[in-house]
Amino acid sequence: MSDILVELKAVSKFYDETAALDGIDLYIRKNEFVTLLGPSGCGKTTTLRLIGGFEQPTAGTILFEGKDIGTVPPYKRRVNTVFQRYALFSHLNVFENIAFGLRIKRTPEKLIKEKISKMLQQVNLEGYEQRDVNSLSGGQQQRVAIARALVNEPEILLLDEPLAALDLKLRREMQHELKSMQKQLGITFIFVTHDQEEALSMSDTVVVMKDGKIQQIGTPVDIYNEPKNAFVADFIGESNIVDGIMHRDYLVEFAGSSFECVDFGFGPDEEVDVVIRPEDLVLIPAEDARLTGIVRSVNFLGVHYEMIVEADDETAWLVHSTLMAPVGSRIGLGLEPVDIHIMKKVREP
Amino acid sequence: MVRFLKRSYIYLVFAFLYMPIAVLMVYSFNDSRSRGVWGGFTLRWYVELFQDRTIMSSLYSTLFIGATAAVIATIIGTLAAIGIHNSKGIQKKLIMNVTYLPVLNPEIVTAISLMILFVFAKVRFGYLTLLLAHITFNIPYVILSVLPKLRQLNKHLYEAALDLGCTPAGALWKVIVPEIMPGIITGLLLAFTLSIDDFVISFFTTGSGVSTLSITIYSMARQGIKPTLNALSTIMFTFVLVLLIIVNVRQAREERKERSGKNGSKKISPYRTEFGDA
Amino acid sequence: MKRSSLFPYLIWMILFIVVPMFLVLYYAFTIPTEAGSTWSLENFARFFEPVYLKVLGRSLRLALISTGICLLLGYPAAMVMAGNAFSRKNVLLLLFVVPMWMNFLLRTYAWLTLLERNGAINVLLTSLNLPRLQILYTNSAVVLGMVYNFLPFMVLPIYSVLSKIDKGVVEAAGDLGANPFRVFTKVVLPLSLPGVVSGVTMVFMPALTTFVISRLLGGGQFTLIGNLIEQQFLVVDNWGFGSAISVVMIVLILLSMAIMSFFEGEEKDVALW
Repeated sequence: MSDILVELKAVSKFYDETAALDGIDLYIRKNEFVTLLGPSGCGKTTTLRLIGGFEQPTAGTILFEGKDIGTVPPYKRRVNTVFQRYALFSHLNVFENIAFGLRIKRTPEKLIKEKISKMLQQVNLEGYEQRDVNSLSGGQQQRVAIARALVNEPEILLLDEPLAALDLKLRREMQHELKSMQKQLGITFIFVTHDQEEALSMSDTVVVMKDGKIQQIGTPVDIYNEPKNAFVADFIGESNIVDGIMHRDYLVEFAGSSFECVDFGFGPDEEVDVVIRPEDLVLIPAEDARLTGIVRSVNFLGVHYEMIVEADDETAWLVHSTLMAPVGSRIGLGLEPVDIHIMKKVREP
Repeated sequence: MVRFLKRSYIYLVFAFLYMPIAVLMVYSFNDSRSRGVWGGFTLRWYVELFQDRTIMSSLYSTLFIGATAAVIATIIGTLAAIGIHNSKGIQKKLIMNVTYLPVLNPEIVTAISLMILFVFAKVRFGYLTLLLAHITFNIPYVILSVLPKLRQLNKHLYEAALDLGCTPAGALWKVIVPEIMPGIITGLLLAFTLSIDDFVISFFTTGSGVSTLSITIYSMARQGIKPTLNALSTIMFTFVLVLLIIVNVRQAREERKERSGKNGSKKISPYRTEFGDA
Repeated sequence: MKRSSLFPYLIWMILFIVVPMFLVLYYAFTIPTEAGSTWSLENFARFFEPVYLKVLGRSLRLALISTGICLLLGYPAAMVMAGNAFSRKNVLLLLFVVPMWMNFLLRTYAWLTLLERNGAINVLLTSLNLPRLQILYTNSAVVLGMVYNFLPFMVLPIYSVLSKIDKGVVEAAGDLGANPFRVFTKVVLPLSLPGVVSGVTMVFMPALTTFVISRLLGGGQFTLIGNLIEQQFLVVDNWGFGSAISVVMIVLILLSMAIMSFFEGEEKDVALW
C-alpha cells in the first residue's frame, strides 16, 4: 500500500449539469507509467486536470501520498504538466522557457545553468539555449515542453496528448524516448491519449475510460486479451462483436450455431455480447466449418489481408489473415474456444 | 490598357485625398497672406505658430491628455480584455455590447451624455472632465486591440505558468501580459491617436481655459483662414505619417514572425488529421 | 485566468457609459416643471414639428447623397486595389489610411482654403479663364466635405471583403461561361455585399450626425441633426429636446447595426444588438 502516490476516491466533476467524470476510483503507484485512454469526451483530460490542480472535483477526494489535495492550487503541487500543443512561452527563448519554474523558486543562477544544460542533454537539444521557440519544429518544441516540466523534478509528470501533433515517425521515436526517460528518472508519468496503439506500447497500466467512467484498468496485455466489455474490446484493436446466447457454462450460440467456449458463470440462456478478434478467425474450407459465408471485399494491408465475410445470417465478419480468398467465393471461418470472448451485455440507461 | 485605366483611377482618388493637404503644405511656406499670390518661400508661419500661445498651450493640453488618457485606458482596457476573455455566456455578451456602445454611438451622443453626467455630478469642467471622457472613449479600442491577441494565445499558457509555480497574479504578469504585448502597444497607440484627433467629445466636455488643439483649430477656422494653421497642418501631417509608418513596419515584422512560426508547425500539421484522430 | 481583472472596467463602464445613457433617457422622457420634472413624451412630439422634420430630412438627404457618392467612387477603387493592377498592396492601403489619421478638423479646414473665393481652385479656374466655382457654404460643399472625410470608411471594408474572395470562384464562373459582366453581377457583387453593407453603415452614420463639417463648410446656415443637438445643449439649453433627438439617433443607429449584423452574419465575440 505504501507505494501508492495518488489516489482518486469516488471523484466526480460536473460542468453545469453534465458529468465529465462520474464517480471514478483510481490509484497510481510510484514510478508507474499510467495511460488514460478513451475517445474524446471520456473524461481522461478532466482526470489529468484534476490531478494537476487546474480543476477542483465536484465530489470525492484526491489524495497525494495520503493527504487530501483537492483544493491545493497547481503552483503548490509537486506535479508538472506537458500541455497539449506544448503551451511554450513565445516571448522567451528556449533557455528562459526551461528556466521559468526554477526562477520562480529563486534557484541560484549557477544551479539553473547546470540543471538546464543537463536537461537539454537529456532531451537532445544541446546548443539550442538561445533559440526562439517559435522557430523550432514540432518535435523540438515538444522536447522543450518536456524539459521545462522535468527540470522542476516533479513527483508526477502529466502529459496531455503530447504526441498528437507529431507525424507518425517522430511519434514513434518520442514514444520510445518518453518511455526510457521515465524508467531512467523514476518519475511517475500519467499520460493521456486517444491512440490505443500508443497506450499499449508505452504503459505499465492502461485505464480505459468512456463517458466519465472507468471501463477497465489493467496491463496492456490484459486489456487486449481480456477486454471486460464490448466497448473496451472494440476500442482496443478491431473486433467482431455479435449478439449471442449463453446456453450454459462453456457453450454459446451465435450466428446460428453453438460453439464451445471457455467462459462460465452466466445465467441460463442469458443474452451476451460475443467478441472475436479479426486475427483469430482463420480461413478454412466451407465444408469443415460451422461458420460460413461469402467474401465481400478484400484489402491488402501489407502484412496481412483484411476481408469482410458476409455470413449466412447476414452478419459481417472482419477477418485478418495472411491468406486470401477471392471476392465472391464461399469460405468457412474457423475459431478456437479460447478466442471466443463472452461479455455481459451493457444495459444502456 | 485596362491596367493603365485602373491605375489612373486610383491615382485620381489619391489626388482627391491628398490635394487639400498638399495645398495646405505649400501655403504654409507662402510669404503672403492672400492665397491667390505666391509671395516667395518663408518659414514665417512656423515661427508665428511656435510663438502663438493659444496654439502652444492647446498643443500641450492635447499631448498631456492624449498620453495620460491612453496610458490609463490601456491599463484598464487590458485588464478588462483579460477578464472578458475569461467570462462566458450572458455576462460576456452584456459587457461586450456595452463596450461597443461608445464605438457605435454617434460621437455627439457620447459627448452630450458625458456632459450631462458631469453637470449632474457637479464636476468642474476642465482637465479632469476631458481626461475622464477621453479614457472612456479610448477603453473600447484598447479592448478590441487586445482581445484578438488573447484569442490567439494557447489556452494552456496560463495553466502552464501556474504549473511551473506562478501564483495567479504572477502568471498574468510574467506570461500573459508579455505574450499579448503587441496588442497592448497597438491599443496604446490607437488610443493616443484617437485622443489627439478627437474634437466632438472634447468640445462638449472641456471647460473654460482648457482647450485642445482640435478645439483651437475649430474656433480659428470659424474666424477665417490663418496661415499659422497651414504650418500646424504640415507638422501634424508629417508627425502622423511618421507614426503610421512606424506602426506599420512593426506590424509587418510581427506578421512575418507569426507567419514563420506558423510555417514551422505547418510541416507537421498535414499529419495531424491523418493520424491524430485515427 | 482572473476574472476579477474586470472590476476596474466594470465600475468605469457603469459610471461613464451606462449611467450617462440613462441620464440621456431621463432627460429625453421628462420635461421640467415647477416641482422638478415630470414624465412626458413632449420632447419627442416636438421633434415631429415641420421645422425639425425638415432638419431630419435634410440630414438624411445629405447623408444619403454622400454615402451614394462614396459607394460609386469607392467600390471601383476597392476593386482595383483588390485586383492585380498594383503589386504593393500594403503601401496602397497605407496611402489610403494616412489622410484619415490627420486631424479631422484640419482636413475639413483644408477644403475651406481650397473652396473660398480666392482659394486654390478658383485661382486655377481664373487662370484658365473659366468662371469661378462658388460652392462654399452650400449643400454641395457639405457633401464634398463628407465624401472627402468618409471615403476611406467605404473603401476599406469593401476592399477587405473583395480581397478575401477566392480567385477560384471567379475563374470557375468564367469557366462556366459567364462573361466578365455577368461574373461581376452574379458572383463578385453578391459576395462583396457584406463589405458594401458595412461600408455604407460606416459612412452613413457619421455623415448623419456630423456637426463640424456642416458648421465649417456649410457656414452655419444649413442646420443638420448634429447641429440641432449641439444647439440644444450649448445655445438653447433645452437638454430634454436635445436628449430626445439623441435617443432617436441611437435608435436609428441600432436599427442599422441590426440590419448590418443580419447581412454580415454574427462574428465571434462581436455581439451586436
